[in-house]
Amino acid sequence: MNHQINRRQALFGAGALTVTVLMPGVQARAQTIGLDKRPPLDARKLASYISIDQDGGATAYYGKMDMGQGTDVGVAQMVAEELDLPAARVTIVMGDTGLTLNQGGASSSNGISAGGVTLRNAAAEARRLLVQMASKRLGVAEGDLKVENGVIIAANDSTKKVSYGELIGGRWFDAEVEWNGQKGNPLAIKTIAKLKDPKDYKVVGTSAPRRDVAGKIDGTQEFVSDVRLPGMLHGRMVLPPVAGATPVSVDESSIKSIPGVQIVREKAFLAVVAPKEWDAVKAADMLKVTWSDVKPPFPEQKDLYNHIRAAKPVASGGANTNIKEPEKVDAAFKGADRIIEATYEWPFQSHASMGPACSLVDYQPNGETRVWTGSQKPHYTADGVAAILGLKPDQVRGIWLPGPGSYGRNDAGDAAAAAALMSKAVGKPVRFQSMRNEGTAWDPKAPASVHTVRAGVDKEGKIVAWHFHSKAFDRLDVNSNESFPGHTLAGQLIGSPLKPGRVYGTPSESYRFPVKQQTWEVIAPFLESMSPLRTSHLRDPLGPEIHFANESFMDEVAFATGTDPVEFRLRYVSDPRDQELIKAAAEKAGWQKRTAARRVQTGDLATGQGIGYSTRAGTRVAVIAEVEVNMKTGRVRGKRFVVAHDCGIIINPQLLTQTIEGNILQAFSRALYEEVMFDTRNVTSIDWKGYPILEIGDTPASVEVVLLDRKDQRPTGAGEGSMRPVVAAVANAIYDATGVRLRQGPFTPDRLRAGLV
Amino acid sequence: MTKRIALNVDGKSHTFEADPDMPLLYALRDDLGLNNPKFGCGKAQCGACTVLVDGQPVRSCVTPVDSLATSKITTLAGLMQNGKPHKVQEAFIAEQVPQCGFCMNGWVMATVALLDTTPKPTDAQIEEAFAGLKCRCATHMSIVRAVKRASAA
Repeated sequence: MNHQINRRQALFGAGALTVTVLMPGVQARAQTIGLDKRPPLDARKLASYISIDQDGGATAYYGKMDMGQGTDVGVAQMVAEELDLPAARVTIVMGDTGLTLNQGGASSSNGISAGGVTLRNAAAEARRLLVQMASKRLGVAEGDLKVENGVIIAANDSTKKVSYGELIGGRWFDAEVEWNGQKGNPLAIKTIAKLKDPKDYKVVGTSAPRRDVAGKIDGTQEFVSDVRLPGMLHGRMVLPPVAGATPVSVDESSIKSIPGVQIVREKAFLAVVAPKEWDAVKAADMLKVTWSDVKPPFPEQKDLYNHIRAAKPVASGGANTNIKEPEKVDAAFKGADRIIEATYEWPFQSHASMGPACSLVDYQPNGETRVWTGSQKPHYTADGVAAILGLKPDQVRGIWLPGPGSYGRNDAGDAAAAAALMSKAVGKPVRFQSMRNEGTAWDPKAPASVHTVRAGVDKEGKIVAWHFHSKAFDRLDVNSNESFPGHTLAGQLIGSPLKPGRVYGTPSESYRFPVKQQTWEVIAPFLESMSPLRTSHLRDPLGPEIHFANESFMDEVAFATGTDPVEFRLRYVSDPRDQELIKAAAEKAGWQKRTAARRVQTGDLATGQGIGYSTRAGTRVAVIAEVEVNMKTGRVRGKRFVVAHDCGIIINPQLLTQTIEGNILQAFSRALYEEVMFDTRNVTSIDWKGYPILEIGDTPASVEVVLLDRKDQRPTGAGEGSMRPVVAAVANAIYDATGVRLRQGPFTPDRLRAGLV
Repeated sequence: MTKRIALNVDGKSHTFEADPDMPLLYALRDDLGLNNPKFGCGKAQCGACTVLVDGQPVRSCVTPVDSLATSKITTLAGLMQNGKPHKVQEAFIAEQVPQCGFCMNGWVMATVALLDTTPKPTDAQIEEAFAGLKCRCATHMSIVRAVKRASAA
C-alpha cells in the first residue's frame, strides 16, 4: 500500500487527490469525527481524550499501546462502561502521535491501570456533559435521566429521549479537565464526574473480542514492514566484526556493480541504500570495509560471572530495608542459630523479536517528517528521530503499525534512528529493515547478574534475618525509550552523548522477616558505547532472574529447616491477598506436601512440582510448575502450569487468560533456552540456531489459570506479572524431580547433566 | 545479470526482471508488493516467510526465485476463497491466536499443508510438522487449540 505524504489530505480526505489510510481505521473515521475541526492536542482538553461519533458511538484517543494482548479492548470496555455503550461501539485510536497524547506507550504493564484509567475518567466526564446537554434539550432534570446504549431517556417518559450522536456527534467537546501536568506514564486527569460503582458494571468483566485478530490471519493487517512510499529506498546497516571497531575506510568500488546503490557514512554509522531491497542486502554483504584495530572488548563467556563478582561497582542502592541501622542487620545475623547462603547466576538475554526491526523515515526538513515504527512507544520514537535529525519534536510525527513483536526496549527504537540518518543523507524516504543478527546479536539486552541471598535462622527454624543482594550489569545502559539519540545504536555510532541509568532493582513480595535487607550493586559495561551487550528493559525487567534467586532460595531455606515450601511461604507472606493466592494455586495444582526433593522417577523420566510467587506493582502471581526431566539426556519438559493470578478487578477474563499463557510460555523459554553467547570479539548468538527459544514440542499439556477477581480493587496490570515467578517455579520443580539445585540459568540439558553426575 | 522471471502467485501470473539468485521472498514483497510472507530470519529458521508451492510449505527466504516458473505459489491472502477465510484461518481467528501476529503466516500455512495430508494429526505429527516454526509471543497454547479446532471442522 502506498502512503501519500500529505497529512492533511490523508486525514481529511480533502480535494481530488488519491488518499490512502495512514493507519487502519483512521481515515474512515476522519469523516465521521471531523478531525479537521479538532482542537490542537492539549492534555487539559477533554477533546484530546474522547469524542462522540456521528452515529453516537465513541472514539477514545489512547496514548499508550497494545502489543497484541488486547489492552486496547480492555480500554474500550472501560470507556464503554462509563458511557453506557456496548464495547463494540467504542473505537480506540492509538499509535499516531498526531492524534494521541503521550501517555508513555506500552510500558510497565500499566496500559489499563494508568492509560485506561485516564480514558475511563474522560469517558465519565463526557457522559456527565452529555446528560447535562440532554437535560437542557429535553427539559428533564439530570437526576431523572437514564442512559441506554448511548441514548439518554427520561426515566418516567420514554418518549423523551436524545442520543449522544444527536447531541454532539461529529463535534468536539469544548470542556477542560484537570491535568496533573505530567506526560508519559504519569499523565493523569481529574474530572468532576462521579465514576460508576463497579457493582453496576456490565461491560467491564466480559470477554469482548480482540479487534486485530482477523486482519493478522486473513492477511489484511498492514505491518510496519509493509509500508511503502513512492520513491522509497531500502537501507541496510553495516556493523563491525569486532564490537567497538569503527570504519577506517570503505571501498566504494566493491559494490559498484549494484544499480543505484549509495553509501551512507557518518562517523561510525555505516549503511547502504538502494532502490531494490535485495540489492541493499547484497550491498551490505559485499561492501569492503577496513575496520579500526580495537582490543577485543569482552572476556571469554566462561568468565562472565567471575567478572561480575570481581568488578568494582559504579552504583549501588537498595529498598525495603525495614531496619535502618546496618549494625542491627549484622547483629541479627550474628544472633542467628545458623546462616544459609546461596548464589544464583543469570546470563544476558535477548529480545530476539520474531523479525528484526523495520522502520521507515521520510525526512522533510521544511514539512512534516514522519517515522513509521513498530516501537511500543511511538511518541518517544518521534522525539528521538527529531533529536537525531536536529528537528523540533513537533516537526516529526510517529506512526505505529504492528512490528515483529515488542517486549520492551528492543531493536525497534534503534531502527528508527538509523532510518532517520539514512533518509536525511539521501533525501528520500528510507525503509530500513535489519537482518536477523541485528535483532538477536545487536538488540539491547537484559543484563547478566549474580544474586547472593543469605538467611539467618533461629533454633526453631524461623527466619530472623534476610539479605538479598544483586551484583549485575546496569539495567539501563540505554533508556527504556529511544527519545534521546545516545540511547540508540545509531546515535552512539555518531557519537551522541551517553546517559546510562546506573540502576538495578530488588525482589517484590510480601514476606515479613524481622530483619529484611535488599540491596544491589551495578558494574560498568564491558564496552561503554556501540556495544551489542548494552542493556535495557526486556519484558518484566529483572523480574525473572531476581525472583529466580529469591524464590529458589525460599525453597532452599524451607528444605533446610524441614518445612514444606508452600507452608513455608504462607508463614511469611504478610498480605492476605497473597495468602489466598498461594493457597488457590496449591489447591488447584493438587500440591503434594514434602520436606525434601521427592524424586519421583519412572524409567528415565523424573517428574517434579515447584512453586514460585512474586508481586509486581500491585499484581500478585503464584505459579506451580510440573516438569519432567529426562535423567539421561537432561532435557526438561513442562507438563503443566497452574497460575493463580490477582491483578485487582478483571476487565476481560479471556484476553487476560491468553496474556497469562503467553507470559508463562515466554518465561519458560527464557528458563530453558535463552542465553546470549559471546566471544572476546562480539556476540556470537546471531540467529535462532545460536539463540534458540521455545518450540511447539515444548508446549505444556496445560496452563491452568485461576483468576482471582477483586471487584473492589483497582486494576494493576497483567502484561508482565505472570512472567516473574516462572523461572523459579521451574527450578524448584526440577529440584523436586531430581534433587539437583540449579543456580545458574538457563536450565539446559548440559547444566542438568552436570548436576546429575 | 538480471533475468526475466515468471511467477504464478495466488492464481495470477507475473513477469519481471530480477537477479535469478534472489530469494523468492524479496520478489513477493518488493517486486509484487505482497505483504504476507514476512522476513523473520532469512535462514529458514523461523517460518515467517512460508508460502505454499504446489501445496507444499516452502521457506521463501531461501528459495531462489528462478526455480518456480511452473509452480503455483499460494500466500496467506491467497487462502481466502471469495472473501471467505479458509477453515484453518477461521480456526485461528476463533481462537484469537495471534498476539503481535508477525509469525502467523508461517503457522497458518504450515497448518493448511499439514491438514491437507493429515486431516486428524496426532500431537506427535503436529510437533513434527511445526518443528522450527517460531512464535516469540509464545502463543503456542492458542496455536495448538486452533490446529485442533481446524482439524475437527
